Amino acid sequence: MESKIFISILLATVLVNNYVLSQILGLCPFLGVSKKTETALGMGLSVIFVMTIASFFTHVVYQYLLIPFDLTYLRTLAFILIIASLVQLVEMILNKTAPSLYQALGIFLPLITTNCAVLGVAVLNIDSGFVGSNLGLLKSVVQGFGAGVGFTLALYLMAGIRERLELADIPENLKGLPITFICAGLMALSFLGFSGMKLFK
Amino acid sequence: MSMIAEFTKGIWKRNPILIIGIGICPTLAVSTSLSNALWMTLAATFVLVCSNILVSMVKGITPAHIRIPIFITIIATFVIIVELTLKAYQPSVYSALGIFIPLIVVNCIILGRAEEFASKNGIFASILDGLGMGLGFGLTLSLLAIIRETIGANKLLGYTLIKGYEPVGAMVAAPGAFFTLGLILWGINRIKAKGN
Repeated sequence: MESKIFISILLATVLVNNYVLSQILGLCPFLGVSKKTETALGMGLSVIFVMTIASFFTHVVYQYLLIPFDLTYLRTLAFILIIASLVQLVEMILNKTAPSLYQALGIFLPLITTNCAVLGVAVLNIDSGFVGSNLGLLKSVVQGFGAGVGFTLALYLMAGIRERLELADIPENLKGLPITFICAGLMALSFLGFSGMKLFK
Repeated sequence: MSMIAEFTKGIWKRNPILIIGIGICPTLAVSTSLSNALWMTLAATFVLVCSNILVSMVKGITPAHIRIPIFITIIATFVIIVELTLKAYQPSVYSALGIFIPLIVVNCIILGRAEEFASKNGIFASILDGLGMGLGFGLTLSLLAIIRETIGANKLLGYTLIKGYEPVGAMVAAPGAFFTLGLILWGINRIKAKGN
């Protein structure tokens, strides 16, 4: 039965509650890095990576540090500092151990600190009541991973559309951000269709 | 630049959302109703003005290479104050805005103003800058919220507008947010193009 819960968390975060298109989180990189499919994929992979690790560490810190010392009101401050230092750490480790991966992801990593979807997933893990529940830590990590995959999916699709838009004949004033928003709206409309999906509990 | 210009530049000339294009996440997510938009404006403006004041006060003693963590810590402190205050006195607003209250920390407008303005200018100018930017943010947010709530819920601040009109539910969901901002930006581009 447990595996079903994880599959439903994964499906829910990737499709039904897609972080970008249905919860409207992480729009800055969604608009900024979606001009080319290659860079979109690089950014997406870095986000999956950071979100998964960040979910793990914020969950551990919340459960074993903030709750025992009755400091839960410091959640926001603690999480943003964890994420910022985590991104720095990941950057340094990648630079030492996997230079080729660092070359590919390097420029995106610093941008992730201010990606509100990363802080969003950390806060949502707590708000979903995963702390203290059965296998809670694993649920948080799965939700973080799913959120990253959902973000990557939206970013990659958007980049594909924008590459085509480059060649399309669009009214002068509609070029750039306005048409991107309208495309994002159409994508969000199609993702709205997933909200009727029944997930096994 | 005179003090009045510091205040008014946030409303149109340097409007954070419409002209610079930052702080879009909270704008789209919270503009589902006018009351949410107004509370969000109040919360964000409070954080913006307070963090501007504090950043401006410590600008002389902040080492340049660790200024960003210091700014974020200052901002997070005020966000926690807002979070706890709303939770205690306005629990319904707290649950309606939900995750977007802690996310004020990563609102690019606030860190942007700390880095670009408050760390280089005096306290009084920083207060005016914060108020002006907050007003610009609030006006954009309210405009979006009025359009979305009127079409999407047929309500404004709790009053039903037109009897018998079937609201378009998608306008208060995510797609409506993207469409509305896309169309507004289209209009802005047109106004800018005419001005030149």
